[in-house]
Amino acid sequence: MSSPCRRLERLAAAALAAALLAGCQRETRDFHGPPPPSGPQASGVSPSDLAAGGGPIGPPHDPRAAIYEDNAFHIGEGKRYYDWYNCYGCHAAGGGDIGPPLMDDQWIYGGSIEQIHASIVEGRPNGMPSFRNKIPDDQVWEIAAYIRSMGGNVAKDAAPSRGDELQSSLAKTQVKPTPAKPAAPTDQPR
Amino acid sequence: MDRRVWPAGRTASAFALVVLALAACSRNAPPPGPAKPPAATPTGAVAPAAASPDDDGQWTMPAKDYANTRYSGLDQINTGNVKGLQVAFTVSTETLKGQESAVLAVGDTLYFVTPYPNNLYAIDLEKPGGAVKWKYQPKPDAAAQGEACCQPINRGPVYSNGVIYYNTIDAWTHAVDAKTGQLKWKVKVGDFHKGETTNMAPIVVKDHVIVGNSGAEFGVRGWIAALNAGDGSLAWRAYSTGPDKDVLIDPAVFKPFYPQYKGTDLGVSHWRGEQWKIGGGTVWGWISYDPELDLIFHGTSNPAPWNHEARPGDNNWTEGIFARDPETGKAHWFYQYSPHGLWDHSSVNENIILDLPWQGRTRHVVVHPERNGYIYVIDRTSGELLAADPFMKVTASLGVDMKTGKLIDNPEKRPTEGKVVREVCPNSPGAKDWNPSAFSKQTGLLYVPHNNLCMDWETKPVSYLAGTPYIGVNPRFYPADPGKGGEFMAWDPVARKKVWTIDEKWPVWSGAVATAGGLVFYGNLEGWFKAVDARTGQVLWQFKTASGIVGQPTTWRGPDGRQYVSVLSGIGGWAGAMVSSQLDPRDATAAKGFGNMSADLKKESAIGGMLYVFALPKA
Repeated sequence: MSSPCRRLERLAAAALAAALLAGCQRETRDFHGPPPPSGPQASGVSPSDLAAGGGPIGPPHDPRAAIYEDNAFHIGEGKRYYDWYNCYGCHAAGGGDIGPPLMDDQWIYGGSIEQIHASIVEGRPNGMPSFRNKIPDDQVWEIAAYIRSMGGNVAKDAAPSRGDELQSSLAKTQVKPTPAKPAAPTDQPR
Repeated sequence: MDRRVWPAGRTASAFALVVLALAACSRNAPPPGPAKPPAATPTGAVAPAAASPDDDGQWTMPAKDYANTRYSGLDQINTGNVKGLQVAFTVSTETLKGQESAVLAVGDTLYFVTPYPNNLYAIDLEKPGGAVKWKYQPKPDAAAQGEACCQPINRGPVYSNGVIYYNTIDAWTHAVDAKTGQLKWKVKVGDFHKGETTNMAPIVVKDHVIVGNSGAEFGVRGWIAALNAGDGSLAWRAYSTGPDKDVLIDPAVFKPFYPQYKGTDLGVSHWRGEQWKIGGGTVWGWISYDPELDLIFHGTSNPAPWNHEARPGDNNWTEGIFARDPETGKAHWFYQYSPHGLWDHSSVNENIILDLPWQGRTRHVVVHPERNGYIYVIDRTSGELLAADPFMKVTASLGVDMKTGKLIDNPEKRPTEGKVVREVCPNSPGAKDWNPSAFSKQTGLLYVPHNNLCMDWETKPVSYLAGTPYIGVNPRFYPADPGKGGEFMAWDPVARKKVWTIDEKWPVWSGAVATAGGLVFYGNLEGWFKAVDARTGQVLWQFKTASGIVGQPTTWRGPDGRQYVSVLSGIGGWAGAMVSSQLDPRDATAAKGFGNMSADLKKESAIGGMLYVFALPKA
């Protein structure tokens, strides 16, 4: 092995590191600015994607969603609030209990962040309570973003890694994505 | 088999008579009944005739009789012919959550209740094929499903005087005409918006329908109440926490055996601040009744929340047993299995009324297989603890101090916030959950369907938000022994030991029934319904139902004079929620800890809801 070769290796490693660092785009988060827009809690999102007369009704895209989804800070906050507001009591760490699982690909009322937000705010008829005016709206979005991470549906670099609580399921960075399907047909309320 | 024969069986029953006569002089002055003494059994344990009369071939209350024996005097189906048992008919329950209801048989009709929407079925036994005579649909509020800790199940109706009484998940009690299926009355007994639901099977004592609430996992305040049978109006309500006037503790009447239960308003002072207002102690289990003492016996559930650091104190009157006057509700005595309960060891399991030969004399007792892992024998006249013997591996505690009656917690397992405590046995559903045991008047043994589970337990901060769970723990469960999550055992209540046991892969979540045919019946989570030789524990017959069994088998004589055995099949409840609520086992804490061990169960069992009725082929 010649020494120029080793030098070349070192150079290549340094170049690679520089390239990697350059690739890391710092997540945009304003620490001292105004809180993210809250806006009205009622979103008008439909839990269904079936429109009479045909054609997509698709959940209306909410501009607030982009602030929260795929944002590590907000997802991390959502994880805390998920526990604080007792989401955990009914849905466990995503595997479900009184309420349905949130880590699988079955979404009774829709799995987009807008639809999850709407389910939390409005409640759902088979036992999901409405949290309207109980949770500040930005926190609802953060919880919804965290719920999206349970099924591996957020960017890997934004998903929370293993927490320091009792290990109950894979770290969200390890979960294989299960793309949200539209409302799954079930013959029974879950 | 190791069956101990009590030599003094006959002497003991003679002695029982003397003691009964003496008991008649006690403060309760029971009317001297002409009840003939029950037949002696090999162990010497007997169920007193007043609480467990001779069989009439019917099954009118889930526990069979006031003593809660679940024993049938029928013997057409017996150890000799049970292998020929076959399906007589089936009926769909049209529901897919846990089928925990008992099936009652009254005259020519069967009755059972489904999980939400809690429909009450009447099946006509005069017609072939299990014809539905009528179906009463109470239409409970769908939102109440979200307030039931362990699926919106129902533990069955009770029949009395031409009326069926039962509870719906949205905290209403219904009285339905047993002949026509027409509603006679219904009353709201609780508020499900706070997490208060009702799923227990009421009992009827004289003119009172006695009911209790569920919801300790939501921080409700537990109570038991008596409704007047005629119109549902409230006769009395006794809370399990709070001041004495709410608990119906009257110092003139309340005479607990142990000094720690004496004092004023212990249901307030043994809590921090006003925590008792959201402190649990619900009454969702079995109630037994001794007509001679004129006392009912009922347990109280776990305190809320599970995170015990939020509630310093003994948390009176949770995780204990009350003896109460059914007329006034006033407490006569109390005993606490687990002061300051640490593990959700809700104490609502059956209290079977027995008379036992005990150190040379007869003691009038209740026998109680408790979630904390011990089978308790308690003098039902006084509340004195006579025995507390472990029936599975126990690490959560070190035993029971027989002098003070107090459970000795294991300091090594004491949970603190932010720490994971491991190998806690039994786990929170306990060595045995709600699913009731049977007592055979033939063998004198207790047949106990139970769990064999341990857990890891992490305590975490908890906040109270009405109508949402109030728990503060991450648990994960696993079998105490590899491949053995449950057991069905015969227990000698006099010798205080296991006689035989059947290992089960999964926790046994079905009730048991014992018969004069020398048989015991129970089911498992895979769906096998089994007939077992009561003496030896040998499985003589089994049948695979379509779903898992979490119901209460019963046996009765049809209008054609033949003996039938009935059970609901339909997996669910806490242990079966992973399957029928379609939960995800990748989360160990799903279903409050069952997620950790239930991936295989989802393959070995299936969702369903069906009544099965079995009989021998027509001769």
